[in-house]
Amino acid sequence: MGEFTMPSLGADMRAGTLQEWLVAPGDTVSRGDVIAVVETDKSAIEVECFESGTVGRLLVEPGAKVPVGTPLAVIEATEPAGGWERQSGGAVTAAETAGAESRATEGKAASAPVPAADRAAPVRRRPVAGGPPAARTSPLSRSTSDDRGPDDRDSGGQAVSPLVRHLAVERGVDLATVHGTGPGGRITRTDVERAEHAGPPRVRATPYARRLAVELGVDLAGLHGTGAAGAVRAADVRDAVRPPSVPVSGPRPAAAQPPPEIQLPSGARAGAASARRAIGELMSRSKREIPHYYLATTIDMAAATNWLRDRNRERPVGERLIPAALLLKAVASAARQVPDLNGFWEDGGFVQGRGVHLGFAVSLRGGGLAAPVIHDADALPPGELMAQLKDLVGRARRGRLRGTETTGSTLTVTSLGDQGVETVFGVIHPPQVALVGFGAVVERPWADHGMLGVRPVVTATLSADHRATDGAVGARFLTAVGRLLQKPEVL
Amino acid sequence: MTTTYREALRDALREALAADERVFLIGEDVGAYGGAFGVSLGLVEEFGPLRVRNTPLSESAFVGAGIGAALAGLRPIVEVMTVNFSLLALDQILNNAATLRHMSGGQLSVPLVIRMTTGAGRQLAAQHSHSLEGWYAHIPGIRVLAPATLPDARGMLTPALADPDPVVIFEHGSLYNVSGELEAGAGPVDISSAAVLREGEDVTLLAYGGSVPKALDAAELLASDGVTAEVVDLRSLRPLDDATIMASVARTHRAVVVDEGWRTGSLAAEVCTRITEQAFWDLDAPVARVCGAEVPIPYAAHLEQAALPQPESITAAAREVVGRRG
Repeated sequence: MGEFTMPSLGADMRAGTLQEWLVAPGDTVSRGDVIAVVETDKSAIEVECFESGTVGRLLVEPGAKVPVGTPLAVIEATEPAGGWERQSGGAVTAAETAGAESRATEGKAASAPVPAADRAAPVRRRPVAGGPPAARTSPLSRSTSDDRGPDDRDSGGQAVSPLVRHLAVERGVDLATVHGTGPGGRITRTDVERAEHAGPPRVRATPYARRLAVELGVDLAGLHGTGAAGAVRAADVRDAVRPPSVPVSGPRPAAAQPPPEIQLPSGARAGAASARRAIGELMSRSKREIPHYYLATTIDMAAATNWLRDRNRERPVGERLIPAALLLKAVASAARQVPDLNGFWEDGGFVQGRGVHLGFAVSLRGGGLAAPVIHDADALPPGELMAQLKDLVGRARRGRLRGTETTGSTLTVTSLGDQGVETVFGVIHPPQVALVGFGAVVERPWADHGMLGVRPVVTATLSADHRATDGAVGARFLTAVGRLLQKPEVL
Repeated sequence: MTTTYREALRDALREALAADERVFLIGEDVGAYGGAFGVSLGLVEEFGPLRVRNTPLSESAFVGAGIGAALAGLRPIVEVMTVNFSLLALDQILNNAATLRHMSGGQLSVPLVIRMTTGAGRQLAAQHSHSLEGWYAHIPGIRVLAPATLPDARGMLTPALADPDPVVIFEHGSLYNVSGELEAGAGPVDISSAAVLREGEDVTLLAYGGSVPKALDAAELLASDGVTAEVVDLRSLRPLDDATIMASVARTHRAVVVDEGWRTGSLAAEVCTRITEQAFWDLDAPVARVCGAEVPIPYAAHLEQAALPQPESITAAAREVVGRRG
């Protein structure tokens, strides 16, 4: 015997309105027969029953709206008809029938009297042509398009006692997801209770991150994973207990302007979040206070890449240059030529920087940004600039930067070329007045003196403070960067 | 003093021949011609044709002769031209040299050293260029060594000769002309351990033989990107020095195994498996492999280079496991 309950006809369905009964008490029904029409928010759906037997009492009047799982009618079981048959859920076993008696005695809390001959008799399913998908009593129903077994069986084809089923409905537990520990894998009351209190699904994390989380007492569930497919990595766990470095860029201490004050929350789980917040505050302030204007130009990099290739061929790997070194050098030289972009906006006026000190944005593997500084970048040959770049990026990522290496930049460069994008319009680091962005060096068709060819090109952008300069100054600067890159040998 | 890998090997041979009357060198063209790769050049003039013996082209015969001589109490050093040709002697090495101690209940030992050239990179085409070290590392009963540095080229032979069981030494063909500084008094080295050639924090690059210089180059390239790579030279391919490997992985939490051999069933696969068996809870990323392409090594230079692990491909694999925040 069993109950016919309000089915869940969609993952978001909480309740349904019984529109119409298609059977009356005393009717004989077979599994798969349509016996009622239920109205959901979307449409009216014909609902099948999953038990064979005789319709007993109808518990709900048409027109009533009831929560999913509410018993609508009692289906009284008939004796097994014919032989045992296989069901979609699995084989019917002798153990199951052996269990029937013991199950019958479990049912004292069921909402309907349980006849002693409680048998979940397997009967061939009669699919309803063009009928609705099989509905299930579970309030947490997953896809209902598969040909699932009856709702009084778990996914293993095991019969479930009415008591357990009732409990599952009451507690909102999807029986299909419950691991049965009873005889032959049957779901017991304890299993349902355990499932109700089970945590969320397992977090994807690397073995080391898992070990570290235990050692540091961090809950993996709350972490944002930065690894492959969102896996939580060791760095993510560490971030949760240690605030990473926060980008603070401002003039050198001598310049009388303290770096922006950034209040960091302390304590576990605050690290990554606080870094994000600090970046957020600084960048919000920048966009709030600084009227940005933006310029972009595409620069032919053929000369620069050829020069790099020739130069690198003669050198050991450790002394090779990457394009970034040339780009930084070009920016530093251009900043010397167009000094109005190199400095700070302080107390309503522009203060030119003493020397060209290039900050460059480094994305940290643990999240967030650092902006180490190459001091007097305009005076360094590209090889020396490259060495400093390597050293600073390495130490930035390992969190080993010294104070002087993160302050005093007069102009910042951000390069997202290694991320494969072609253009980046950055946000100025207050109190600086400009930020230069480089995308990836990519091959593009390129027209030159009426001829078409393929050249490596890079898009250089400038975000500048309109209070300090106008577009013409910015244009002069970007043009200078492009011009300098055409003569890499003199950079 | 400045020397080459080839000269370091020759110095080791000269020292071994001079130190012990029982030692002799046998192989194709090892005499007047100086060996296929010039390692034994001049030794026949120094020690005579009895101690530096040319053989016909018959790997099975002369390796078998070496095994017999070892059983009879001599200390033969057998040179096989390349690992490809050593397959003709694999029956002798596997079924005789590696088994006799066991099958004789410990009564027989085969104190034999077999030297052979391995690896690609010199446009010698498929039949002279494969890397089958992993096959030999599969055989219980022998020790397998892969000198990748000058000190190892100079110092592995003496302890190999002292080993009462067969030792196979793989010399990577691309290393013979590598020159560098070697201490004048360089002598025997330990042959049971791996070595950390470069320290780093972010990822361990495990390599052996001809891939070691490439792994070191990759570490350089990575450094320019702020990734510090630790480079471990496996040195001993059988037995593998698990302790050094695991200690490094415990420090860096990430590993890339570089192996010129074919990927499937490679020595790299063995190293990866050991790492996941023994250092699983230290791993912060899946273990990666950079291996040779599964093709007969091509003759054409650019295809040959494309078929082998290169600093760039090692770097790419390392970046992948270190991970970037996109």
